[in-house]
Amino acid sequence: MSAVLETRALCKSFGALTVADQIEFRLEEGARHALIGPNGAGKTTFINMLTGRLAPTSGSVVLGGEDITRLAQAARVKRGLGRTFQINTLFRDLTVLDNVGLGIAERLGVAGRMWRPASAYRSVRNEAMALLESLGIAADAAARVVDLPYGKQRLVEIAIALGLRPKVLLLDEPAAGVPKVESERILEVLDRLPAEIAILIIEHDMDLVFRFAKRITVLVQGQVLVEGTPDEIAADRRVHEVYLGEGHA
Amino acid sequence: MFEPASIGYSGSARLRPVEALPWVLAVLVYFFAPNYLALGAYVVIIILFALSLDLILGYGGIVTLGHSAYFGFGAYAAGVFAVRVTGDPLLGLAVAAVAAGLLGLATGAVILRTHGLALLMLTLAITSIVFEVANKWTDVTGGADGLHSVPIQPILGLFRFDMFGKTAFLYCLIVLAAGWWLVRTIVHSPFGVSLAGTRENDVRMHAIGAPVYRRRLQAYTISAMLAGIAGGLLTQTTQFVGLSVLGFERSGELLVMLVLGGVRRIYGAFVGPLVFIVAQDYLAKQSPEYWTLGIGVLLIFIVMFARGGLLGLLDRARAKLKGPGR
Repeated sequence: MSAVLETRALCKSFGALTVADQIEFRLEEGARHALIGPNGAGKTTFINMLTGRLAPTSGSVVLGGEDITRLAQAARVKRGLGRTFQINTLFRDLTVLDNVGLGIAERLGVAGRMWRPASAYRSVRNEAMALLESLGIAADAAARVVDLPYGKQRLVEIAIALGLRPKVLLLDEPAAGVPKVESERILEVLDRLPAEIAILIIEHDMDLVFRFAKRITVLVQGQVLVEGTPDEIAADRRVHEVYLGEGHA
Repeated sequence: MFEPASIGYSGSARLRPVEALPWVLAVLVYFFAPNYLALGAYVVIIILFALSLDLILGYGGIVTLGHSAYFGFGAYAAGVFAVRVTGDPLLGLAVAAVAAGLLGLATGAVILRTHGLALLMLTLAITSIVFEVANKWTDVTGGADGLHSVPIQPILGLFRFDMFGKTAFLYCLIVLAAGWWLVRTIVHSPFGVSLAGTRENDVRMHAIGAPVYRRRLQAYTISAMLAGIAGGLLTQTTQFVGLSVLGFERSGELLVMLVLGGVRRIYGAFVGPLVFIVAQDYLAKQSPEYWTLGIGVLLIFIVMFARGGLLGLLDRARAKLKGPGR
């Protein structure tokens, strides 16, 4: 197996505070990989360095064999790196269809067109509808995101990223803030994602992590503590110390 | 009927019957209120100016207090061009458009690197700079006196500007129609949805690989160009251009008018200036000293009780009348 996404000695410090310390990480093709760790372990910082929202202090990020450390966010998206956000980062006043359509239009290279109405771009609309269909939210296509219940907003969050047809998808706590019943729904959606997409998920819901992931990396204080299969992680004494020490189950 | 046209990938850009209303009204004014044509032409010009602001402020979410810079720059460009080169109105308008568009591109390139309050301050600064240049560069701009008796030739060599303001009114109206069509086309296009995306969430726009800065700059430049055309029209129809086209008050007043009519609905830019200028005209005659108080009270009322402006108010009244269930 070859890595589609890799980091080499990735570091990030804010002044004296080191939030990422020599992170060596590999995401294999078609991976179902989870990144876990206590609050403040640097998980979101790590994701932000992968997507280009944050520049690392040192080290490099490699996507599909190409060093993308210096590339802007948009250029990484074009190369197949998609993400979702821990806190809903949606176009609240736009319809669900437009939320998804925006990304699709961008990928198809028609998002800057000015002279014909957006509704004339059938390919964007059809693709967006098909995507919403597959996530079971097609009935809400015409609703404004702000009017949707939170659980459905989380699905739109995923839908936007899928519209970019990413090779690598970074899911930042997809079930954050969602009641148990609805997080089942999100897990179902995640289970049905195309196998060829390599997925890295950050999640606090351990139930979800152990059901979804084939590999788990544990991050503590900006360092990789251990990496392994769910069984190995579940049996690891150090992981238990980190979590039980903090009072987690 | 008055709710904002549904834009976006599921929307419809088809013209609705109600959209004929402003034009019907304008034609009625032309035939039945000949004494109001001069005021009417001014209203039409300010509508075009407000429309240009709606594109960036309403749709793009770029809050500016410096839009008079482009209006004034276009007004002076048209004036100076007419005095020094030729009084051909269409050429003059083209010069105003290009000049203001270039200024919009150059200043926007700086302004749009910032957000929020910093952006607001920069727009103010740019207006002040343009104002001072016009004030001090007396040889070209006439300084505090402005440019008087700006020459204007017949449109296409055919339609002479008459003393009743008939030609001027129709001329402004046709230019407004072109500007309206442009803005309407843009906000319904994929670009328009993308612009709305930058307003709603620029973090996500970056995450879907959109060139946020470029989109905003494009919209800003087009908006500046339209504002410049409006300014050029003012110079041509009044045959005068003075420092008042550049004042900060003009930017502020424009914002008031747009908010009054309703932001982000295209026709708010029609209703706001119409109500504001007509009320101003009427109240200033009734009570020359205190008329601004009336405008102020009206604005407070709108902001507190009628988000979405007069048109928003109308929508809600209609929804009430229809009763519950849609």
